Amino acid sequence: MKKLLAILLLAPGLAFAAGGGAKLDRAPVDLNDKLSLQRGAQIFVNHCLNCHAAGVMRYSKLMDIGLTEAQVRDNLMFATDKVGDTMSTTLDPKDGKAWFGVNPPDLSLTARSRGPDWLYTYLRGFYRDPATKSGWNNTVFPNVGMPHVLWEYQGDQLLQAADKGEARLVLAQPGKLPPAEYDRYVGDLVNYLVYMGEPARAKRVQIGIVVMFFLAAFFVIAVLLKKEYWKDVR
Amino acid sequence: MAVTNKPPVTGAGPLNGILTWFDQRFPLMVLWKSQLSEYYAPKNFNVWYFFGSLALLVLVIQIVSGIFLTMNYKPSAEHAFASVEYIMRDVPGGWIIRYIHSTGASAFFIVVYLHMARGLMYGSYRKPRELTWIFGVLIYLCLMAEAFFGYLLPWGQMSFWGAQVIINLFATIPVIGEDLSVWIRGDYNVSDATLNRFFALHVIAIPLALLGLVAAHLMALHETGSNNPDGIEIHENLDPKTGTPVDGIPFHPYYTVKDIVGVAVFLIVFCAVVFFSPEVGGYFLEYNNFIPADPLTTPAHIAPVWYFTPFYAMLRAIPSFFNMQVWGVIVMGAAVMIFFALPWLDRGRTKSIRYRGPIYRAFFAVFIVSFLILGYLGVEPTNVWGEFAKGLPLVGGDYIATWVARVLTAVYFAFFLLMPWYTARDKEKPVPQRLT
Repeated sequence: MKKLLAILLLAPGLAFAAGGGAKLDRAPVDLNDKLSLQRGAQIFVNHCLNCHAAGVMRYSKLMDIGLTEAQVRDNLMFATDKVGDTMSTTLDPKDGKAWFGVNPPDLSLTARSRGPDWLYTYLRGFYRDPATKSGWNNTVFPNVGMPHVLWEYQGDQLLQAADKGEARLVLAQPGKLPPAEYDRYVGDLVNYLVYMGEPARAKRVQIGIVVMFFLAAFFVIAVLLKKEYWKDVR
Repeated sequence: MAVTNKPPVTGAGPLNGILTWFDQRFPLMVLWKSQLSEYYAPKNFNVWYFFGSLALLVLVIQIVSGIFLTMNYKPSAEHAFASVEYIMRDVPGGWIIRYIHSTGASAFFIVVYLHMARGLMYGSYRKPRELTWIFGVLIYLCLMAEAFFGYLLPWGQMSFWGAQVIINLFATIPVIGEDLSVWIRGDYNVSDATLNRFFALHVIAIPLALLGLVAAHLMALHETGSNNPDGIEIHENLDPKTGTPVDGIPFHPYYTVKDIVGVAVFLIVFCAVVFFSPEVGGYFLEYNNFIPADPLTTPAHIAPVWYFTPFYAMLRAIPSFFNMQVWGVIVMGAAVMIFFALPWLDRGRTKSIRYRGPIYRAFFAVFIVSFLILGYLGVEPTNVWGEFAKGLPLVGGDYIATWVARVLTAVYFAFFLLMPWYTARDKEKPVPQRLT
């Protein structure tokens, strides 16, 4: 019986371990770091929003991460002048299909479907590959249609085949940012994408803590009430 | 002048007058007494007896949160996905309501599965409570339908492809299958028409049936009285003076205050999920369902939500015979329907597992473990445990998990189908006269 229980408890863990694909690096997500979210928002509107939309994300929501309406309007809005608009893109889906082989997906919820670690590893996993149409390939998304948009910052990576174990990426030509700083740059972007996937998340946890205290008090009162009534039941 | 001959209500202080007014026009006190204040329940209910009242609580939570979701949700293939995100982002408090409803769906099944396990353990389905059990199984069926219809509504990838897979099961039925599946979808594919009718079924048809069945379940229960962990009848041992069961206590106030404790514990767990981890690692809200439905892109791995997976594992494990795929569907359907027969399959002389013999206990334990492992296998792809070596007889090259699921399916049915045999010859312990 104990053995069975151990198997039951271990089984899901084993399944996760077996869930193939490239090993993912842990994304530095911190939704309380407003500055990181603001930097991420800037990277997002400058580099992602040209092709990808965020169709359910309103610019006005950015005021949640410590920006004023004027700041949002002046620094982050290129495609519209209404702060209540959603983040659309000017890319025609037909062009997208023609240029990249696939229409660039909406990014509103990508952090929820792919997970932050996937995004963090993906955005750092591009390497030069002359065999693909765009000249770029990716370790976590093989033959991806998207070229390396942040190439200027990261520089050129090459995939170096290793004698033993997995092939690894080497920086052939440095970009504007040193590797550690590029990681932080991508970290900010992923942090923002996580925020955008669920803008209520930080507030959700805050409210949750209050709810827990309330329910703990409710539980104590409920137990005392029950004891009082049940005194006379033998 | 009094409207009827009923005596006035006493003992409610300043409310006596108004209660009397109602009581003379409505069976107020009769209902109050028969269902609550003079409904005698065994005094030895343990932790397993919380799940009935909790199921009722979850039902209310789902109905109330569902009403508010309906106010903002758009049942159309074009707008459904975005309207859910609108609720999550732009509707004040919308995300709380949505997470309450999505968590409530899984909570409903957790509570109901535990409630059913209680019924199995203590023989609550046995005479004279067969009808209570049957109403309960009908509630379980409605719940599955409700969950299935509701899961299409967010119109994500898993919503779409899950519905596609399940509706296609009906297409495997010989002769009428194809037409039947088109009739269910209202189209040749899962589409706007399907979404609209599923919405109608989810928000009105099934909930109505559910409410009626819950009422019937409770009425049948209160007719026979509740079972208890000892599986003996408290109504066979009455106090000669008062005529009430010696081992019984009034449901109200004793069990109402006790159930409030259960409610508190339940809400702590429930709210912890809602506020700290509404996805529960992809089990309550599947990650792929954050991608809008795309009829042209089939996800690599389609898995139903966890509460259906034991039956889904059975479905996948059954091979096709005579060029027909329908056998898996039949097995899956039978696995649920067999619950109806339970009261007549059990020939034991005792009800509770406390006094059952070793054979029943062994069967019961193996059955529960099989159900859990099947549930796990249904979540995972069939290759989760790899393949048998090519050269092996019979199983060579097949997935290990498929064969494990076949064996466990056999165990699942053996628990029920062999029950008349093993319960009749089990060496049971003597049952006490009074509650322990």
